[in-house]
Amino acid sequence: MSTRNPTDWKSEAMRKRIAGRYAAERRFKFAGLFAVVLSASFLAFLLVTMMGNGLRGFTRTEIALKVDFPASPLLLDPKAITDEALANANLPMVTGTVAKTALGDKADALLSPTAWINIRDAIKADPTILSRTATISVPASTGLDLAAKSKGSPEMEAEVARLKQQGVLSTGFNFGFLTASDGTDPTQVGIWGAFKGSLLTMLVTLILSFPVGVATALYLEEYARKNWWTDIIEVSINNLAAVPSIIFGLLGLSIFLNLAHLPRSAALVGGMTLALMTMPVIVIAGRNAIKSVPPSIRDAALGIGASPVQVVFQHVLPLALPGILTGTIIGMARALGETAPLLMIGMRAFIATPPGGITDPATVLPVQIFLWSDEVSKGFVEKTSAAIIVLLAFLLAMNGLAIYLRNKFETRW
Amino acid sequence: MTQEQTNLTIDNPKMSARDVKVFYGEKQAIKGVSIDVGMDHVTAFIGPSGCGKSTFLRTLNRMNDTVASARVEGEITLDGENIYAPSMDVVQLRARVGMVFQKPNPFPKSIYENIAYGPRIHGLAAGKADMDVIVEKSLRRAGLWDEVKDRLHDSGTALSGGQQQRLCIGRAIAVEPEVILMDEPCSALDPIATAKIEELIHELRGRYAIVIVTHNMQQAARVSQRTAFFHLGDLVEYGVTSDIFTNPRQERTKDYITGRYG
Amino acid sequence: MAEHTIKAFDEEIDRLRGLIAEMGGRAEAAIENAMLALQRQDKKLAAEVVADDKRIDAIEAEVEKLVIQVIALRAPMANDLRDVIAALKIVSVVERIGDYAKNIAKRVPLIATNKRTLEPIALLPSMGQVAGEMVHDALNAFAARDADLALAVIERDTVVDDFYNSVFRTLVTFMVENPKTISECAHLLFVAKNIERIGDHATNVAEMVYYAATGQTLPERERGADIQPED
Repeated sequence: MSTRNPTDWKSEAMRKRIAGRYAAERRFKFAGLFAVVLSASFLAFLLVTMMGNGLRGFTRTEIALKVDFPASPLLLDPKAITDEALANANLPMVTGTVAKTALGDKADALLSPTAWINIRDAIKADPTILSRTATISVPASTGLDLAAKSKGSPEMEAEVARLKQQGVLSTGFNFGFLTASDGTDPTQVGIWGAFKGSLLTMLVTLILSFPVGVATALYLEEYARKNWWTDIIEVSINNLAAVPSIIFGLLGLSIFLNLAHLPRSAALVGGMTLALMTMPVIVIAGRNAIKSVPPSIRDAALGIGASPVQVVFQHVLPLALPGILTGTIIGMARALGETAPLLMIGMRAFIATPPGGITDPATVLPVQIFLWSDEVSKGFVEKTSAAIIVLLAFLLAMNGLAIYLRNKFETRW
Repeated sequence: MTQEQTNLTIDNPKMSARDVKVFYGEKQAIKGVSIDVGMDHVTAFIGPSGCGKSTFLRTLNRMNDTVASARVEGEITLDGENIYAPSMDVVQLRARVGMVFQKPNPFPKSIYENIAYGPRIHGLAAGKADMDVIVEKSLRRAGLWDEVKDRLHDSGTALSGGQQQRLCIGRAIAVEPEVILMDEPCSALDPIATAKIEELIHELRGRYAIVIVTHNMQQAARVSQRTAFFHLGDLVEYGVTSDIFTNPRQERTKDYITGRYG
Repeated sequence: MAEHTIKAFDEEIDRLRGLIAEMGGRAEAAIENAMLALQRQDKKLAAEVVADDKRIDAIEAEVEKLVIQVIALRAPMANDLRDVIAALKIVSVVERIGDYAKNIAKRVPLIATNKRTLEPIALLPSMGQVAGEMVHDALNAFAARDADLALAVIERDTVVDDFYNSVFRTLVTFMVENPKTISECAHLLFVAKNIERIGDHATNVAEMVYYAATGQTLPERERGADIQPED
């Protein structure tokens, strides 16, 4: 047996090895940092463009229109302002005439086709203005709006300059965007219809997928015997979670619409289709959460004579709930952003009124975004971005809720 | 002499096992154990790791039922009633034969709830006031009352390890069991907390039949009056603790307790 | 017997046995030398026996210290525990045996001053030899964990007791016949008594050895009566 020489920890080779080790560590750190910076910059780019375009979608250009009611061709009795009287007063025409007096010959192109609605509302709010000259804010046309915010046609740019000089141009928050539904004119469209559609669809998805998913997870973890049958179920569920969403759309189309004859493009069918997609995610997250409940808690409960059902519902489920909820919300968030399967079941229709219930025709945020991004009119570009911001805010709120619930229910053992 | 020692029988045993065999799938973990556990004694199970002492303990309240591959043969009786008989309700059995585990495992609930849980699911308390009495009595008996009486609604998991273990003992006591099984109750505790548990076991003796599995021979010597030595699934020797520790009959027992094992 | 998993424990037990063997050897030698000194009226040898007893006391102290240490650090169990406790008890007995040998040696000058021959002296060396062998065997039995040898030692106690009775009678008769030797004879009586006590102590050691080896205590036996009435 040869004797080993004592290690020389200070030798040249040793020093080199140490230096090499440190260099490798630095390289690895740098690579990681680079990856983080890269992904962060992509995210920043996305946010900046979205915000740049989208925030404008929440505002609209307004023109302070001076209306001299006594001099206008409006024939209304200030003492008898009814909806019928207003409807018969031919306000659009009157508005056109008034606008011509105030803004010149091209007034028709400057005002939004729906500007008369603001005038009507002003009269309804205060009939006394009919006896004097009033200044009413009305929305500008899409062309003018674009020119005012960014880049429009040369004529409109000139008009903007002129109106600015007159001091009648202003920018206000577009409440209409949050309360209106889809429409044909970009100045009048809103996100509310799609938002409500999304809410209803999510509600259906949650009601269907959460109980079924949790029950499945509980059964598989707590009751099912380990055999080839449960193995097959487990593999199927894992595969189901990876199936492309368009397949679920086709499934929904053939089963819910063609077979069950449920109403087309309704939140109910959308929700059912998305529930199919979300369920595997909830099952997988739920099983992991249930698995992570320490066996000592089960032992403790069994050890003082709790029945298996009591163990599951009084101990395992409450402890697994934060994990299950997190998984559910992640699955729901994925469903919220889903477009393809909903297109398959007809939720791409033009829906101008918000759905009243889950069987009414509805659309959802991502489909709305998809539809607007397809529009020709330039006014829809910023609306698309604005809708994306709404969708992102919705997602952010859901994730925030997930974090809140996790922290609230999390228990240490 | 040897036979007499290893088959030490007790008059009027609380629990008694006859030729109990436990299998995990194909593997036999317990190879025919017969033993009596009396009401007046603390019985300690000692033996090297994997000798089957914990497995055997868990057959006494059918905790092995939760392991799908486990199979128990032979007869175990509680007050003369076979606990593996179909007529025996396992939930009730586990209330009558309580268990304290190796790692303190209070529920992540309040101290009060930890104690009240058992009586509640078995319907032992007539009302809130009755439950308060049960909680206080159980905590007092577990030697924990003075330490926690001002914070009954704090989380049980916020207590120290030793307090948690005493809470678990109190939780077991709360359902008024007849037998308490303890599976290495002090292996996760420091010596002071261990001493408190041992003193508690001493105080509980006589009121409950207590069976304790321990790796710590000194602990078995300190807390028990009867000691059973398990080795490779066999009950090698069962006898009066002071005899086992001063004058074991079997060579294997002697080698184990004098530190000559392996 | 298999070794302890902790080797240092074995080393300590071995050291304990070594110390007790040495102590036993010294006690045995002290008895032998004391008897020799008595027989030869050798005051110098007697003085050596007295001086050597200090070493026996020192070994006792060392064993006590070691036993306490082993109990505190190793927590001995079963036969180890019995061995260690037996060792502790044996050393205090052997120390007493040493004291008796010293006591005999101290009487040598008192007896030696008288030039008259004391016939009964001739009886004592063989009595001393039996007692010395008992001590020797008892300690050998401890070293070998030999319960049978220990039992043999216990049985031999009656031999020493019989010797003592015979010496007692001889001396009493001698004193009656030679009243002038009463003082020396009284000393010789004490010597005989000391040897008889050594035999008893050797028996005690053997009993401890028996308990250490088997874990059983011996049934209370009929002890040889110290004094038998003359008939």
